[in-house]
This record gives sequence, C-alpha cells and structure tokens, in this order.
Amino acid sequence: MNPVQKEKIILGLMYVAVFLSILMLPIIILWVTTNGIGQLNWTFLTGTPSFSTSESRLATHGVFPQIIGSFYLVAGSTLLGTPLGVLSAIYLTEYAAPNLLTKSIRFFTETLAGIPSIVIGLFGMELLVYRLGFQTSLLSGAVSLSLMTLPFVIRASEEAIKVVPNEYREASLAMGASKWQTILKVVIPAALPGIITGVLLGMGRAIGETAVLILTTGGGMSRKVPSRLTSPVGSLPIYIYLIAKETVHQELLNRGYAASLVLLIIFLSMSVSALLIRNHYLRKLGNE
Amino acid sequence: MNNTYMIDEEVQGFIPSMVEDKIVFKDFNLWYGDNHVLKDTNISIKNNIVTAFMGPSGCGKSTLLRSIDRMNDIIPICRTEGEVYLDGRNIYKSEEDVYELRKRVGMVFQRPNPFPMSIYDNIAYGPKLHKLAKGDELDKIVEDSLKGAALWDEVKDRLHDSAFGLSGGQQQRLCIARALSINPEIILMDEPCSALDPIATMKIEALMRELKENYTVVLVTHNLQQAARVSEMTAFMYIGEVIEFGATRALFENPQNELTENYITGKFG
Repeated sequence: MNPVQKEKIILGLMYVAVFLSILMLPIIILWVTTNGIGQLNWTFLTGTPSFSTSESRLATHGVFPQIIGSFYLVAGSTLLGTPLGVLSAIYLTEYAAPNLLTKSIRFFTETLAGIPSIVIGLFGMELLVYRLGFQTSLLSGAVSLSLMTLPFVIRASEEAIKVVPNEYREASLAMGASKWQTILKVVIPAALPGIITGVLLGMGRAIGETAVLILTTGGGMSRKVPSRLTSPVGSLPIYIYLIAKETVHQELLNRGYAASLVLLIIFLSMSVSALLIRNHYLRKLGNE
Repeated sequence: MNNTYMIDEEVQGFIPSMVEDKIVFKDFNLWYGDNHVLKDTNISIKNNIVTAFMGPSGCGKSTLLRSIDRMNDIIPICRTEGEVYLDGRNIYKSEEDVYELRKRVGMVFQRPNPFPMSIYDNIAYGPKLHKLAKGDELDKIVEDSLKGAALWDEVKDRLHDSAFGLSGGQQQRLCIARALSINPEIILMDEPCSALDPIATMKIEALMRELKENYTVVLVTHNLQQAARVSEMTAFMYIGEVIEFGATRALFENPQNELTENYITGKFG
C-alpha cells in the first residue's frame, strides 16, 4: 500500500468516527422525544408521581415535586459551591505562591473532579446523613452535589482569572487600590463570563447527577415539595431511575421518557443560557 | 500660576536652581533577586517640569520610574536599599502608606490599558475607590479629567460606551485622564507613545507640555527626539546607572560623558 492510499483510508476512518460521534446526540434526543412527548402535558408537569398503574392514578400522574426538587438541589449546591469555588480560585491564582503546596491543592481539586460520583454519594451518606444527622434530605443532597460541582467552578474560575491581562491589575494598583480592591472591582468583573460559564456547567453536571442523590436524598417518588432543608426530596434523575428499574408497564415507562425529556430540556436551556450570558458579558466588556 | 521659573523651549538649556526638588533619589539601589538593576542612584527631579529617563533597553529606566510609586513592590523578588524622598519624606520607610503614595503619583503605561468598562467608569474608578465624590461631583471630575487629557470633545457624546471602542491614541489619553482623576501631584509615563502612531504621539507630547503646568511629569522614553522635544531635564541611563543627568539641551548639545555622546549620536542604542 502506498502512502497516498494509506492517507485515504485513514481519512475515511476519521469520517466514519466523526459521523458516528455527531450522530449520537440527535439519536438520543430523537429517541427520548418520540417515547416521551406523548406523555408530556400540563398534568405531567403539575401532578404527583406514583407506581400505581390504575387508570385514575395515571390520569393525575406527574413530576411536579421532582422538578422543584431538582431545582432546589441544584440551587442549593450552586449557592454552596460557587462562593467556595470562586474564593479558592482567587486564592490559587492571585495569592498562592507557586510552590509545592499550591501544586498539591490544585492536584487535590482536580482529582476531586475525577472521583466517581457513587463514592461521593457514599461519603455524603456516611458523613452528612448519619454522622451529622442531616438524614436523607435536601441538605445532604445539596452539600454532596456541591462537592461534584466545586471542581468545575474552581477550574473555570481559575482559567477565567488567569486570562485577565496583568495590565488591568497594574492600572488599578497604580491608582492606589489595594490588592483585594483590585480583584473585586477589576479582576472578577473581567473574569465574570468565564466564571458564570463554569458555574452553569457545574449546574448542568448537578442537574443530571444520579448516584450521589440515590444515597443522600431519599424520597425518590415523593409527592411533596420539601418544606424543610432536612426533608426528603425527589428529583428527576431518581424518578427516571426508579421508573426504569421498578416497572414494566409501558405507559408508566413512557412517563420516564417524558421525565427524561424534561431533564434534557432543562439541561439544554442551561447550556444555551450559559452561552448567552457569556456572550452578553463579553459584549458588555467590549471585546466581542 | 507661578511664573518665576517658567521654562520654555528657548531656555531649555537652563534650569534655575530655585525650582524646588519634588523627588530625590539618595543612594538608591534595587535588585530583582541577584540582578542588581539600579546602582547607587542619586538624582533630584524638579517640580512642574518634564524630566525624561532615556537609555537603551534594559538600562533600568522603567524600574527607576516605577520606584517612584513603588510599583516594583508587586514583584516578590524585588529588594531595595537607600531612600527616595517625595517632598522631603522617605517613601521607602516601612510605615509609609503605599496606597496613599500611589494616590499622589499617577501612572501611564507603555500600552494603553483602559479597564474593560465604559469611558465614564474608567475615569470614575479612582474617585469612587477613594470615595472622593459621587453624583454630580463625580460627573464633574470625569469631565475635568477628560478635558485635562484633551479627550472630552471627542468622547462627551459616548461616555457610556466601552473604552475599547476608542483608538489607541484616544485610549492612551483616556489612561492619562484616569490618572488625573484622583488629582495626583506627579504623573509617571512609561514610554507612553511606543504603541502609538506619529499623530497620536504628537497629541500626547502636546499634552505633556500642558500637564507640567500643574504636575511634575516624569517620562521614560527610548526615543531621543521625544526626550529632546518635551523634557526640560534628562537622565541618561546605562546598565542600571545614571550616567549623566542635567538640563536636556545641555545634555544633547554638550554631553559630558562619552557614553552619553555615543548614545545621542546613534553609535549604539
């Protein structure tokens, strides 16, 4: 085989690989949509779930508490994870000396990103649910989830802060600003698009997370929106998991697809808003 | 207006001794790690004139400039010995407030570096930071600063547009206006025209001549003509040492040191 032929074959293989890769997303979306769209109606968005397959119960079957529960969990983990992550990133980029300790901290946060979520769930269950007595609840779930999203926020914030030109810092310091004033008024605003992108990516990760929630939140098919931080909380991924695992009833299974569709829509709208917010701020900063 | 020591280009060769010293370097040394960047500097910079530091790349002229507002402090491996007096006070004494010092000493950098904010917010940054004014008073400061930098007429209708929409020369004048906004006594300029075209450069040079009426201006340049055009006094530096310091015209017409002469006549640089 001569080099020209080889080149052609390799290129052909690449075409196939790329084709298969980009094919997956539309297939998944199409498949979830065709199975779920029939069940996606107002009742499904406002009703409460049950394993019952009786006509009358199916007519009121819905995932309202699960949608709200997912939002609560993501909001809680974001409220916890964002300040922690952004402050850590500021420390790592602006204050920490480039020594072994800093490298170790960075290694730790990056390794945290790679830890299997079931391990984090197990840890959250042991520490939060039992030792600290938070029970399987919104609080335990949100705290555990924030561990999942924290590395995203740190990484994205670090990158965003690092690319803020040093000239801005110098200009601010030369005006008599302190280091912290400079960070707060110049560096963070300039890094905001990147930080927001990181936070939204973390939220996207959190909204679909399942393993952590199985072990920490309880109340998968809950019919109630949690009233307290220590109440059990339902969520869309757990609902989908339970429906898929526990039932063979086709109509009920399709509710699982409908819930997946809701989850996908939330996830995609988060990704799109991440993009829009980012572009909005970039435009505001004037460097389109 | 104090006209007793008005210096114009005709009498640039002559600096009256009655002009008061604003900044005095006394046996000042500076190191970056083991690198001895400034060696036994002893010069006095006079009030309300333009003083230029010139010399080949790496001679320490920018470092000398940044010693005046202690911007070298940001570099962790930087170490100094000796004194720098501002109005008779040693600014390197440990109890000196570096933020207060930098309020009194404005700085303009080599590349225009406006903040990623609107034109207005760029100027309002310093006054807000130091809580000098708000509301109408702040508007007034912004207007005065932009007028002081000869930029007001060009931007008064788009104060809330991004500063990045301005040309390079306008951005640099914006940075000068930003420096003026907190009413400093000294303006440091670190090769402010090196990223600009000749017309923008001309405008900045004209501005320097105006600024010295109210401020002490210190300029770093590797452009000989610029030093000759705008400064009353010039220091020629070479590898960390001030080789010659004196009235600009005298230094250019009758250099005392061979190195200075070689530099001025273009034998190196």
